[in-house]
Amino acid sequence: MFKAKNRGPRIAGAIAAAAALVVMTGCASADPTEEATQAADDVATVEATKVVVGSFAFPESEILGNIYAIALENAGFEVETKFNLGPRQTTVPALEDGSIDLMPEYNGNLLFFYDTENTARSTEEVDAELATKVPAGFQVLNSSSAEDKDAYVVTQAMAEEFGLVTIGDLAKIEPFSLGASPQFAELLYGLPGLASFYGVTDVTFVPIEDFGGPDTVKALVDNAVQVADIYTTSPDLVAKKLRVLDDPENLIAAQNIVPLLNSDIYSDELAAVLNAISAALTTEDLIALRTRVEGDEKAQASTAAQEWLEAEGLLN
Amino acid sequence: MQFFLDAFRWLLDPANYVAGGISPLPIQDRIGEHLWYTFVSVAIASMIALPLGLFIGHTGRGRQFVISFTGMMRALPTLGLLMALFLIIGATVPFTQAAFVASIIALVILAIPSILAGGYAGVESVDPQTVDAGRAMGMTEMQILLRIEIPLSLPLIISGIRAAVLQVIATAVIASYISLGGLGTVISSGIGLNDNERILGGAILVIALALVVDGFLALLQRLVTRRGSKEARPQNIDFRRRSFGSAAVAEEPVNERKRHVQSKK
Amino acid sequence: MSWLVDNFDLVARLTGNHAILSVIPIVLGFVIAVPLGWIANRSHSLRSWVIGGGSFLYTIPSLPLFVILPYILGTRITDERNIIVALTIYAVAMMVRTAADALAAVPADAVEASTSIGYSLWTRFWLVEFPLAGPVLLAGLRVVSASTIALVSVGAIIGSANLGYLFTNGKQRDFLEEILIGIGASFLIALVFDIAIVLLGRVLMPWNLRKSPASKSIRQNAVGVY
Repeated sequence: MFKAKNRGPRIAGAIAAAAALVVMTGCASADPTEEATQAADDVATVEATKVVVGSFAFPESEILGNIYAIALENAGFEVETKFNLGPRQTTVPALEDGSIDLMPEYNGNLLFFYDTENTARSTEEVDAELATKVPAGFQVLNSSSAEDKDAYVVTQAMAEEFGLVTIGDLAKIEPFSLGASPQFAELLYGLPGLASFYGVTDVTFVPIEDFGGPDTVKALVDNAVQVADIYTTSPDLVAKKLRVLDDPENLIAAQNIVPLLNSDIYSDELAAVLNAISAALTTEDLIALRTRVEGDEKAQASTAAQEWLEAEGLLN
Repeated sequence: MQFFLDAFRWLLDPANYVAGGISPLPIQDRIGEHLWYTFVSVAIASMIALPLGLFIGHTGRGRQFVISFTGMMRALPTLGLLMALFLIIGATVPFTQAAFVASIIALVILAIPSILAGGYAGVESVDPQTVDAGRAMGMTEMQILLRIEIPLSLPLIISGIRAAVLQVIATAVIASYISLGGLGTVISSGIGLNDNERILGGAILVIALALVVDGFLALLQRLVTRRGSKEARPQNIDFRRRSFGSAAVAEEPVNERKRHVQSKK
Repeated sequence: MSWLVDNFDLVARLTGNHAILSVIPIVLGFVIAVPLGWIANRSHSLRSWVIGGGSFLYTIPSLPLFVILPYILGTRITDERNIIVALTIYAVAMMVRTAADALAAVPADAVEASTSIGYSLWTRFWLVEFPLAGPVLLAGLRVVSASTIALVSVGAIIGSANLGYLFTNGKQRDFLEEILIGIGASFLIALVFDIAIVLLGRVLMPWNLRKSPASKSIRQNAVGVY
């Protein structure tokens, strides 16, 4: 196969290859350990001015995360972003392990996360309870009047045909399919509450992995599910002629936007920036921001956030 | 370690197998769906890729195409493919079918390269002397393909299918993100609930399913190999030596062949 | 395409991060798999353990592995090392069989000759076995490279900022163009890496280039003999 006279250059090449690989090995194995010690150092000396902003894995949260991040950066904080982490069941552990320091949260669902038995429903009640239930080392700031609730949604056509006004009216269309994120099947505002608050039990659950996004809307419009959990700031509620069912039993608590943060990063300056945002933000703003990002314009979340902050005069 | 024990406890909990449970339960339904998606997509991929692979192997035409095509397909990100197909198909097809159709198309695309490579490498691996003998006996090209080449290339054809099946079983998990059923829903609901038992339990189920199905196909492969020629073995070793240095060009079939050699040891 | 123009910074940043997340597992996978492949050829039972282990690792679905690893490694949830470790596992799983086969295919007479002239095991590996196995190893590395780059995107489901973000974000916004741009950029990385690996091979193994007409005939011959 190989002739002997080829050996000279071949050995030279082999040495080169070997040397290159040794160098590569050296670099590669040095890196992770270095990173590891660095990470350890980070844990020991958290800098108060550095803020890592996280978000849930849906556009509204990414917009809000961007609003926080851009405003803080503008105010002189060192900001890093880690968006689209997943549901609360991922973001809270990420806050706890120090992956992130700050999250745009929803007060009602956050309260339920920490205290599943809680009966608080109005914004005031929820805020008061939440302040006591957030575990040590973490805190929430002022809540915004802007709200985005989970909602039981049907098509307008369906609502008219069966006379559906409240969630309890769903008993009229049992058995039916309901589409929502997987965790909806087990959290109080979802199937358990639907049964215990409204006595509606004959439900086939269809997990749809997109936080009330376009898939969930499509499933509802196509009648693959008859009821869906779609959030109240969804531009599709109007665009696709959907109907939010009333909640007379107050199954779903207030869901005002509220910053949740690691107390280590708290400072009056930081609170001032975030509270100013909460004060300026309205539910209509949320719908408008989502429409820009998710509608035909397809603006990037960071662009929409930046322009909202500028329009509100929140940047220096 | 506790972690794994909890996952196994979740897997062994009879409550998770009671019919009529809320998705992702009962577990057996999700296993059934997962197997069904795998079967459908590998079957469709075989219907497309096997005739093509056999044709390429028999005629020797289009080898270069297959090699570059296979290489390119590897670089195709499945998550992007799934989501793009879901949007394209979802624009015209109702939600329930859209998830299924988009996932199956993505999985078929994923399965084709291995099956194609297995098919043509299989036919190419047949000793040309055997083929010539057939020709000398007056066999038509079709007879040569059906009576000589296909039977002799079965082990490699099956090893191509095995590779495809493993890939499809693992990838169907991600399809839960476009609302397909199957074991992916166990894992994604585990992520949604931060329930590690369920995430790990789901992963164990996927691995177990892959190993069982692969084991079954390996058995099948062994059966058809035994029926084939026994002298193939020393030639295989000879082939490995001779092919040395050239695999950069003919990577896929070489690997397939080696796997074949290995499986017989 | 106007979206790409408007968001070029974002796509470029994601592409860069995607490339970094891919290159480390590709290199680490190679560095780990080659010695494992060598060990696999020491005995039959070692071989079945190493190759079997590789096949087993390959059956682990990627998404749950990304999610579970922080608990096993003690890393943070958003630590990109989780994704790097997971992808390294797959790279090793893919590479180890090729490495074992490549080293097994080194002509026995070359190995014996080098032993007889007094090469130690270590020298023999670096001067004889490794370079002779080089072309096959390189082919395996190309496979690992393409697959790893494709797999990185799954990490976006758990918040990793790579091209997979364009897939999840595009789906959430019903925006096909964004997804297609992500797929295109992913292909581009794969292409660049593939060319880089091939070039690296030419630089490190110039003898392989010179032999290429011959190796072609060997290949055809091999196909015939099989």
